[in-house]
Amino acid sequence: MKAKRARPVQPKVTRTRRKAASSLYILKLYVAGQSPKSVNAIANMKKLCEANLQGRYVLDVIDLYQQPQLAQGEQIIAVPTLIRKLPSPLRRIIGDMSNTERVLVGLDIRSEA
Amino acid sequence: MNKSKPKPLTRTKSRRQNHFRPQLPKSPTGIQGLDEITGGGLPKARPTLVCGGAGCGKTLLAMEFLVRGATQFHEPGVFMAFEETAKDLTQNVASLGFDLNDLIARKRILLDFVYVERSDIEATGEYDLEGLFIRLGQAIDSIGAKRVVLDTIESLFGGLPDPLILRAELRRLFRWLKDKGVTAIITAERGDGILTRQGLEEYVSDCVIVLDHRVNDQTSSRRLRVVKYRGSTHGTNEYPFLIDEDGISVLPVTSLALQHIVSSKRVSTGIARLDAMLGGKGYYRGSSVLISGTAGTGKSSFAAHFSDAACRRGERVLYFSFEESPSQIMRNMRSIGIHLQPWVNKGLLQFHAQRPSFAGLEAHLVMKHKLINAFKPQAVILDPLNSFIVGDNEIAVQSMLMRLLHFLKAKQITGFFTSLISSSRTLEESESSISSLIDTWLLLRAVDSGGERNRGLAVLKSRGMAHSNQIREFLLTDHGVELRDVYVGASGVLTGSARLTQEAQDQAVQMLQKQEIERRQIELKRTHQALEAHIAALRAEFEVKKTESLRITGQEQAQGAQLAQGRLEMGVSREEDVTAKNPMRRSK
Repeated sequence: MKAKRARPVQPKVTRTRRKAASSLYILKLYVAGQSPKSVNAIANMKKLCEANLQGRYVLDVIDLYQQPQLAQGEQIIAVPTLIRKLPSPLRRIIGDMSNTERVLVGLDIRSEA
Repeated sequence: MNKSKPKPLTRTKSRRQNHFRPQLPKSPTGIQGLDEITGGGLPKARPTLVCGGAGCGKTLLAMEFLVRGATQFHEPGVFMAFEETAKDLTQNVASLGFDLNDLIARKRILLDFVYVERSDIEATGEYDLEGLFIRLGQAIDSIGAKRVVLDTIESLFGGLPDPLILRAELRRLFRWLKDKGVTAIITAERGDGILTRQGLEEYVSDCVIVLDHRVNDQTSSRRLRVVKYRGSTHGTNEYPFLIDEDGISVLPVTSLALQHIVSSKRVSTGIARLDAMLGGKGYYRGSSVLISGTAGTGKSSFAAHFSDAACRRGERVLYFSFEESPSQIMRNMRSIGIHLQPWVNKGLLQFHAQRPSFAGLEAHLVMKHKLINAFKPQAVILDPLNSFIVGDNEIAVQSMLMRLLHFLKAKQITGFFTSLISSSRTLEESESSISSLIDTWLLLRAVDSGGERNRGLAVLKSRGMAHSNQIREFLLTDHGVELRDVYVGASGVLTGSARLTQEAQDQAVQMLQKQEIERRQIELKRTHQALEAHIAALRAEFEVKKTESLRITGQEQAQGAQLAQGRLEMGVSREEDVTAKNPMRRSK
């Protein structure tokens, strides 16, 4: 399904990517309380966003202990999970975000090369 | 004495302690048979691992555990699916009569589909499964669940990176489930040489159930085995189980204790002279009767007689036929004067004709259980038993029959089975498997002699009654089976035309004897007559002689008198006075 859609829209993707460089990022970081991984992930994300997406990002940190019902709706299993709501498509990154390079690639901020 | 006295005391004490020791708390599954094997259910508040290959019924077992828990034991449950969506699951189990939507609406069951797709997950460092914990915790708390199913958690290994973290997290999850106090079923795919692909059995070690689905001789059978059950005894065998429109049924009948109550009532065999052979009254009610014989010896006819007799008494009979269709049986039995159609019309007789290959043995067994439970017959006929044996599945057939026999006995149903003996094998060999379960065993056999085959019947055994030891010849006449008189000749039992010949010979001999006697009697009479005649002749001669002698005597007397007269006259003439001298002179 995805592959099929991706082919014809290929030029568009580059456009969105170009656009993405300037478009708004809505990111949601799901964490679980004050666990070391969660704290690390929050710190890493904040640093990363400030460095790469300054001024055009919204980072929501959601503590699943406070809102456990969100876990089912967002299909969260692993914690921490970062979900890129915008720009589409939806992206999902798990881990404590310590590998900055992979986060940037995962968020399509930087190409894999 | 004194020394040995304390010993038994301590023994009883320890035994009593054992007796009062609390049993491991168990959570009944409500699945037919599984609770019997596990002695009451799965370990309460502990995780149980259910593993097996694809399509062996793991998900279904888990789902039934939840549904039964919710409907029968007031224990709501959470089903966490990692493979199927909630919609698919609901549809799939609807075919088994589980209305998940209703249970979900009533908050008895919560379905949560966990979607894990490797392709859109990027790993950027260490993670844990706290999200799953929170999600599961939320689900459990929202409906107050006591039961949890994780189906199939191993798929996380495909969806998430870093198996080491996953392993540690799963271990933590199972411990957490224990702490939560929920009874959990974790399903896992069977691995190569190990129970599960990811070695989950290392973590979930309280109870492990293995499901298996194998195909033998083109028929498939499902089996269940409790590999391990900590802190509890359990049935260790492989138990066949079935999935049908009522869910799963495991058949642990081999574990049943031999405690069925027996009846001392007797039921007629339908053949008066056979009744006479069996102590005059026939079979015991609730006993199992086996008729074995080679091809064409009339086994089915005996079965028909028995069903006819039972129906006449107003009892219900369930007739399982594995080789002939009902109409064929009825037509054939009409030819020997047994009319079964009226009983079918009356609803007393029910036929079920199915090829043995129609289903696996267990499916057959369960089908029979169901039909018997539904129809509640007083007699069940299986014709023939051994058509189930295909290839080398004899052991399976034995266990199936054993379980069926136990079931019938427990229900006080008279079981009537026919069995075809192949002539190449001895009787004991072919029937050794079930013979110990049979109460009355009749043997039919063809007796080859004088260029013909005749049918002989013998009571091989009949528990708890006096029975005839004779081999009887019987005929299939147009009014049913007819037992002939025992006819023992010089060379054993005579049958067929040999018997007829012998009978004729005996008749001839008898006639000869009779004639001989008559002849002798006549001769005697003749002798008698001759003697009589002789006597008469002698008598006549005697008479003649007597007459003669009388005549002579008379003459002599007359002469004497004449002489005396003469003398007297002479004396008178001589005037003699000596009359007294006369006799003296006469005697001289």
